[in-house]
Amino acid sequence: MTAQQHSERSLTRRNFVKAGAIACASGLFALNGCTLEEVKHSQLESDFKGIESKQYGLAINVSMLDALGGQEFIDTIIAACHSYHNVPQIDDPKHSIDWIWTQSYEEAFSDIASTYVDEKTASYAYPVMCNHCTDPQCVRVCPTQTTFKRPDGIVMMDYHRCIGCRFCMSACPYGARNLNFMDPRPYVDKATMNPGYPTRSKGVVEKCTLCYELIDQGSVPVCVQAAYGCITFGDLTDENSEIRQVLAQAFSIRRRVELGTGPNVYYIFDDSALYTNAFTGGEGTLFEEDLLEGGE
Amino acid sequence: MKKTGMIAFIVVFCVLALLPFAANAVSPKAPLELDYNTPAINMLEEHKCIEDTEFMKSSHMQLLDQWRNDVVRNGDIVYTATDGTRYEKSLDDTCLACHSNPEDFCDRCHTYEGVEPFCWDCHNSFGLWREDANNEALWQDYVSQVEGGQQ
Repeated sequence: MTAQQHSERSLTRRNFVKAGAIACASGLFALNGCTLEEVKHSQLESDFKGIESKQYGLAINVSMLDALGGQEFIDTIIAACHSYHNVPQIDDPKHSIDWIWTQSYEEAFSDIASTYVDEKTASYAYPVMCNHCTDPQCVRVCPTQTTFKRPDGIVMMDYHRCIGCRFCMSACPYGARNLNFMDPRPYVDKATMNPGYPTRSKGVVEKCTLCYELIDQGSVPVCVQAAYGCITFGDLTDENSEIRQVLAQAFSIRRRVELGTGPNVYYIFDDSALYTNAFTGGEGTLFEEDLLEGGE
Repeated sequence: MKKTGMIAFIVVFCVLALLPFAANAVSPKAPLELDYNTPAINMLEEHKCIEDTEFMKSSHMQLLDQWRNDVVRNGDIVYTATDGTRYEKSLDDTCLACHSNPEDFCDRCHTYEGVEPFCWDCHNSFGLWREDANNEALWQDYVSQVEGGQQ
């Protein structure tokens, strides 16, 4: 085969490039029919102005919780939270999930607990949960922005985005986060579950969200509703808020303040309400037994 | 020889590539039928979703995605429809309140189209809500409770 014959039979470089360009153009034209039209609909825009800037927090009066029944009473608050949020009840401590649980004074306040603490303080049960920190370390380490700080101070979870890496669990100094190592649904009690509230799925970290859905609807968190006034909820940046009034009148402590995360759950020691007219109905001092009956 | 081989290859390739289209042209998929027969939908005066059907068919996924981000990330929970009606942005409380039969509505179309969204991993907890809603007597009880609570 001579060079002359070869060039007649096969494509020249020029024609090859031309044919390639035409093929690409026709391919693009054909593919154009396959792409989805971008949705531009006025209904996907919202005129919502956004969440107001605040710092929500809780003030937990442990003295009053103790007066109303201590661990037993706190268990009803925990049950109310866990059944509202469909939190699975798993007995195995390696897999268990808690949004609120109780710790002893020594466990909850290991940094400040002194050896010779008074009997009363040591005997209280302390409900512990996510502290909705001012400078949350879980948010800092989350690689997918699953957990984030809302403008109103709630440390929020967007479970849709969680990849289960557990960085947040390592970062949280309060142990407030749990990973769903298995599908939590079989462990949610069907009798007490809340069918209007979602569960979580396997491989997702969950924790207390301060009942953001109730706050958005203008209500208060479930634990506050269930605590008969022993837990106060409010905006800590507003000096006229109820929580600030409560904090201004009693001695309070927070967990592990020295770490600098700025926890926003306060523990108050104030049983003066036991001796006021509001609780006794103007009939002198009430005994604990009466309070327990009234609570139920 | 080389040339005929090439032509044969092109023909075989074209036949294989066009086979799915041909198969569809000869025996197309049975048309999709969705089930709108739920107590809540039957009680509606006008059988209409929150937006017109065309928009819901084409863009419900964008709408739900938007709702998800609005509610979870921005605390924006109220949706104002084109006709001015306000709805809670909620898959569980708004969508599934009417479409209480997601296996015959959502899932049927998703299976037909071969898409697998993972909504039910968390939402529609256990389907307990839909079992209740599909039970006429329980549904009436629920409606009277809600109406009683509002008075």
